[in-house]
Amino acid sequence: MKATPLSNCERRFLLRAIQERKRLDGRQCYDYRNIRVSFGADRGCCIVELGKTRVLAQVSCELVSPKPNRPTEGVLFFNLELSPMAAPGLEPGRQSELLVSLNRLLERCLRDSKCIDTESLCVVAGEKVWQIRLDMHLLNHDGNITDAASIAGIVALCHFRRPDVSVQGEEVTVYTPEERDPVPLSIHHMPICVTFAFFHQGTYLLVDPSEREERVMDGLLVIAMNKHREICTIQSSGVVMLVQDQILRCSKITAVKVAEITELIQKALENDHKARKEGGKFGFAESIPNQRITAFKMESAAVDTNNVEEQAGEIIAKADPPSEVFANPILHTPGTAQIGEGIENSWGDLEESEKEEVAEEEGESEAAAFECQKTETEDTNMMKETKEDEPILLSDSEEEEVVILEPQEVPRKTRTQTSTKPENTSKKAFNKRRRKKRTSR
Amino acid sequence: MAAESGRAAEACVGQVVLPGDLLLLPAHYDEDAEGERLRLSTGAAPAGRLLCGPGLRRSGAGLLVTKCGLLRHRPAGPGAYWVDSQQKRYVPVKGDHVIGIVTAKAGDVFKLDVGGSELASLSYLAFEGATKRNRPNVQVGDLIYGQFLVANKDMEPEMVCIDSSGKSSGMGIIGQDGFLFKVSLGLIRKLLAPKCEIIQELSQLYPFELVLGMNGRIWVKAKTVQQTLIIVNILEACEYMTAEQRRQALAKLSGN
Repeated sequence: MKATPLSNCERRFLLRAIQERKRLDGRQCYDYRNIRVSFGADRGCCIVELGKTRVLAQVSCELVSPKPNRPTEGVLFFNLELSPMAAPGLEPGRQSELLVSLNRLLERCLRDSKCIDTESLCVVAGEKVWQIRLDMHLLNHDGNITDAASIAGIVALCHFRRPDVSVQGEEVTVYTPEERDPVPLSIHHMPICVTFAFFHQGTYLLVDPSEREERVMDGLLVIAMNKHREICTIQSSGVVMLVQDQILRCSKITAVKVAEITELIQKALENDHKARKEGGKFGFAESIPNQRITAFKMESAAVDTNNVEEQAGEIIAKADPPSEVFANPILHTPGTAQIGEGIENSWGDLEESEKEEVAEEEGESEAAAFECQKTETEDTNMMKETKEDEPILLSDSEEEEVVILEPQEVPRKTRTQTSTKPENTSKKAFNKRRRKKRTSR
Repeated sequence: MAAESGRAAEACVGQVVLPGDLLLLPAHYDEDAEGERLRLSTGAAPAGRLLCGPGLRRSGAGLLVTKCGLLRHRPAGPGAYWVDSQQKRYVPVKGDHVIGIVTAKAGDVFKLDVGGSELASLSYLAFEGATKRNRPNVQVGDLIYGQFLVANKDMEPEMVCIDSSGKSSGMGIIGQDGFLFKVSLGLIRKLLAPKCEIIQELSQLYPFELVLGMNGRIWVKAKTVQQTLIIVNILEACEYMTAEQRRQALAKLSGN
């Protein structure tokens, strides 16, 4: 299936929201989504949920002959798979670039950082070593696969137990789990990846981008670090050139985040260990709640609305009351008149308040009256007096393009699209917009 | 195949029905409008048309259920039976008003993604006031609100932005600002119901513009980014919130 294309209005809105430091789900710029780790009944199996992104990891082991140039080291094998279950745009065999880059990054993070002691995996030098295989599957794609996969990988490796082995002379005995308890892998440290997304040519930075944010980002920086503040791997991709102090800042943020995540992982591992020891129930059936359509639970506090009232109150208190509505239109040219001054609309960015048609006078005064009702909470009677004989100042903003239509040449569709405010001077399109389903009262 | 014994349709209203169930209709609903039966009893049974809604198919004496969900019935007007089911994947239906995203311009035709299995086609002449000389200003990535002219399983769906009298009646290119997001189809139907409580309560909060597409897409535009985000989050959460929780959330937002 093809992935749903990203529409222009979504892209524009997301970039604008990021400029105002707002994210779709109400997080701050450096906030992670909720991380949830749940373990399966088997050792070495876990599911990590980073918001709605879910990755399943499973570790297994096997006795094999070692590589010829490394006779005393065990073999590690990592594999991440993307399937259409995760997102409609991911087809098996088609998203090769993304898949290869993810796999390579995870390999560098887990293998090259030497977090697993491969020497301890050797059973008989040159003949038999353990091959540890980590398989990861992406169950749902909501952005930031890298972080979720790296957490899932390291948690599964810490959770895994391999069968105990004893060597007496030439004899090698592999004990079953019933005979002897399986032993954990020897893991030195836990490298965790933290992803940073850059927007507007590196001006804005977001940690843990969601899927929508990933689609509009310019560049990506991934830093893998452990809790001892050692950088294990660092990768930058995209079309953004990064400056040195940006990278240093990111690494400081990474250190903080990795410390938090490592603590969370430790706690999850401990809880699971306790549950298994005390004979309590463990496994996915216990930890993943029943997801019924009618009983879906959503975490609260999706949007930070704490300050809305105060902010709104501040804005109202500081703003001047709207100027008096002048019923006399100001005639520019025959056929084109203007009511009001064209600036200081207390409604913000709406284009409707810049009128050039006399016929819309009723609509304008009604809207203005509504404005007055809405914003007159205080009793200041400050009226702006404009003298009629002064030159009419339409706007002293450099961004606004006010085009006055001459009566002869009425362009059918003139959408002067500037990057900041699309100034729509087309009457026809204006009418079309008004007729849409509009709930304002 | 042995014929299944069906249940009476009226008895199942409000209950869960599964695909394959056969619902028997009372005898006075005729399939042919012309054939009239002599009725000896003076029962108050209305003789009239019966509409077979989504999730049901006519088969022989009754209705065959094709989707699982709750069976609903409307006795007034033309009587109708339909199945209320929970779904996120949209299947194009003729006459539905949807929001499409322009993916390609192929000669005289735009290709739109409407969330179905095929891209819908939209001719550039299907806008109000469009002629061969006067083409609509549509770019790749724009949002279009239109209705399906042709939508069946054998052909690619076709959309138009005018109604049968040639007027646009609200359809056409959706403006540049605002935000588009996706919800389940059941929530859209709830929002489109007349006198929807959610919309009324939201309109008390801030003024905003709203376009609802039957394919699960909603376009919202409010004054500021913050307000737009708040409305987006509330609409997405309305799926899982009870009316009481929603009122609490809105009360907190309006500061009362």
